[in-house]
Amino acid sequence: MIEAAPLLSVSGLGHDYDGIIACRHIAFDLWPGEVLGVVGESGSGKTTLLNALSARLIPTTGTVRYRTREQGMVEVYRLSEAERRMLMRTDWGFVHQNPREGLRMSVSAGANVGERLMAVGARHYGEIRAEAVRWLEQVEMDTGRIDDSPRTFSGGMLQRLQIARNLVTKPRLVFMDEPTGGLDVSVQARLLDLLRGLVGDLGLSAIIVTHDLAVARMLSHRLLVMWRGEVVETGLTDQVLDDPQHPYSQLLVSSVLTP
Amino acid sequence: MYVAVKGGERAILNSHKLLDEERRGDPRVPTLGLNQIEQQLGRAVDRVMTEGALYDRHLAALAIKQAQGDLVEAIFLLRAYRTTLPRFGYGVAIDTAAMAIRRRISATFKDLPGGQVLGATFDYTHRLLDFSLAGEHDSPPAAAVGPAPLDAAMPRVVDLLNLEGLIEEERPDPAKDRVSDLTREPLGFPAPRDMRLQNLARGDEGFLLGLGYSTQRGYGRNHPFAGEIRVGEVAVAFVPEELGFAIEIGEVTLTECQMINQFKGSKSHPPQFTRGYGLAFGHSERKTMAMALVDRALRGQELGEDGEAPAQDAEFVLYHSDNVEASGFVQHLKLPHYVDFQSELVMVRAMRAAQGEAAADD
Amino acid sequence: MTDESDTAGENGYNFAYLDEQTKRMIRRAILKAVAVPGYQVPFGSREMPLPYGWGTGGIQVTAALIGPDDVLKVIDQGADDTTNAVSIRRFFERTAAIATTTRTVEATIIQTRHRIPETPLAPGQILVYQVPQPEPLRRLVASEVETRTMHALEEYGVMHVRLYEDIARHGRIATAYDYPVKVNGRYVMAPSPIPKFDNPKMDRNPALQLFGAGREKRIYAVPPHTSVKSLDFDDHPFEIERWNESCALCGATETFLDEVLTDDAGGRLFVCSDSDYCHERRVVEDD
Repeated sequence: MIEAAPLLSVSGLGHDYDGIIACRHIAFDLWPGEVLGVVGESGSGKTTLLNALSARLIPTTGTVRYRTREQGMVEVYRLSEAERRMLMRTDWGFVHQNPREGLRMSVSAGANVGERLMAVGARHYGEIRAEAVRWLEQVEMDTGRIDDSPRTFSGGMLQRLQIARNLVTKPRLVFMDEPTGGLDVSVQARLLDLLRGLVGDLGLSAIIVTHDLAVARMLSHRLLVMWRGEVVETGLTDQVLDDPQHPYSQLLVSSVLTP
Repeated sequence: MYVAVKGGERAILNSHKLLDEERRGDPRVPTLGLNQIEQQLGRAVDRVMTEGALYDRHLAALAIKQAQGDLVEAIFLLRAYRTTLPRFGYGVAIDTAAMAIRRRISATFKDLPGGQVLGATFDYTHRLLDFSLAGEHDSPPAAAVGPAPLDAAMPRVVDLLNLEGLIEEERPDPAKDRVSDLTREPLGFPAPRDMRLQNLARGDEGFLLGLGYSTQRGYGRNHPFAGEIRVGEVAVAFVPEELGFAIEIGEVTLTECQMINQFKGSKSHPPQFTRGYGLAFGHSERKTMAMALVDRALRGQELGEDGEAPAQDAEFVLYHSDNVEASGFVQHLKLPHYVDFQSELVMVRAMRAAQGEAAADD
Repeated sequence: MTDESDTAGENGYNFAYLDEQTKRMIRRAILKAVAVPGYQVPFGSREMPLPYGWGTGGIQVTAALIGPDDVLKVIDQGADDTTNAVSIRRFFERTAAIATTTRTVEATIIQTRHRIPETPLAPGQILVYQVPQPEPLRRLVASEVETRTMHALEEYGVMHVRLYEDIARHGRIATAYDYPVKVNGRYVMAPSPIPKFDNPKMDRNPALQLFGAGREKRIYAVPPHTSVKSLDFDDHPFEIERWNESCALCGATETFLDEVLTDDAGGRLFVCSDSDYCHERRVVEDD
């Protein structure tokens, strides 16, 4: 499935907050259908990186280029604000660790899933609703809850709803920030299963930030290991996790995998 | 047959007469002179001038009389008058360092050049009703005058701190060729500081007091010290176009509050104190202190502080501070809303009917 | 509309209260508003001698437009004799000494709160709406910075989320007044709290429609013959209120009816909200 040209191409990316470096010298390509895991402990700069990649934070240096459906390769931070926001709500998705940040908690589950469709011009209530039902099924939610408020949902359901809300416009690239963080272990396992299935079935590309190496192993094809704002190791997931080269990666892997 | 209600015009005219009657009260009681209000209700006059944004004690007193002592109504009267006045231009920035001091206190230094000048204050009075004021006789003995005149130089506390670089320096924005003016242009966001200060100076004292208080109780805490409060007279100068140089056109009584706030600094800025500023016409300490707290809270973003508290939300504060706007809109609910209510009635009835039908079908 | 005379009204105030500088500023805002239909133009709204929320925006627009030859009609809830309409009409009689009327057909400027007259407007007439909240997105998004961005980028999905939610919950769109519209295919606009019954009258109306929000300091416009579409879904099209009753005074069945309680036992009847329209119908009947 992997095509010849990258979907996302990052070079020299860096960001600092008032002189304090959060991340720097980041460069990589993401290929269509590829899932890239970004691992590292908290404070390693991975969330800043994710925000800078996903047009949520203008980076101090470097470029992020994305292959759009219509215009081919574009530099994300050279796009007009309108184009960038359009990209963010159609061809991209963003799954927050806390689903409440990604959902509109005051409207029903159906409206949450339907919003992106309405934002791009869908004007048939019945069709929007049918599509919402379809996506609730896809994320294995009870479609009978379509008119319920998200406030009545459990953490795992909220995360499923957030995922459905993102996928409804059939994005090609989804950013995820600790998508299973804060969930019970059993709920986590089911959600991971679902995510892996969706990513495979839909041929999505994804960048997943996590501190949980089990999540990284289960979902991602390739890994970036971040330490003190820089990528210290990169490679195929199994290779990095089973045979880490950088001392920090070794520490990270041993500290987690040692029973 | 049904006849629709008429006669709004006559009712209004008569209501105005009734209002006037109520204002005057019992005609056997002497009418209130404007000089009495100016002289004996000075703090009310000060507030009306400040929030009415017009320095004229006489007109403020008139407004208070006409409004039957309802200060928000009096502020509205003064504003509505002010807006019709021709505008010749903008004055030269006043110099509060050159203020003729009546009162000047600092909570940050025990003593300082020029000294602490307590002046007239409610602060240390015991709030006991003084029943002697209820009588006709009201001639308090004169206060003692100090042996020496006040020092001519009364440097501002913040200027003293500034000598050491301990407090941020405040310079006018070089990119701005003129001061913002909310009475000519609408509020825009992000609002520059001069526009925010103008909004706060005109803002409702009670609203700002509550917001300022909330910052002290932890909603956007900013560690304030009352660096200095000074009250006194300041000269106002104006440059007439045809002259090209400044001439003094009068003086105004002002209260100024400089709040000094903690700032931990960042990698590019060494630790330094920051400022919150309050200024009002007349003797208005509560107002200026509250204003200074809120001004500082609104600078949170510029200083890199997390801004989740109401007092730090510029849109929230600035859009709701004006009591003429707020009072009008809250009270407009008294206007008829027959049509909107009728629409809602029709809607609610239709929805109830639909639900009833659905229930009957089940 | 015609030349201003320098004739000061009562008490030395300028003609129609506002000074000429201010009128010029407001006219510039109006021109911009007409040029960009539905776009909210910020303007330096002045304090008026009437309270904010009581029509200060409409009054400023009217004051900036009115000339000595104009004939003014003021309505509130459709009626000329409601207290606030009387108060505003008196304001202009006092400050501009212009002719006023209650007849829609005679008026050159009609200032309104919450209704559009039932009598169709003609080319050359101006309808001035009083607007409490000009921002149609405000109920959904509190921040002005955010709503201005949404307008600029034409990001209106959230409006339909609101309508979707209505249908999901109530089986229909439950907004009864201030029903959002799209002007000239571009800007989503608040029509002011007119009942949705009046929305269709805005579409391609030959009169100039101006909207003034004094407290919020915005002016916007719908130029003559401009398309105004009420937001809806293809399968839940916009519809207006209907009554089973007719007007108890003139028998009209096609007008917006006010409900009047006649006793405390549920007795009620319905009368036209537009007092002029109702009156004209009765005069014709009597002839």
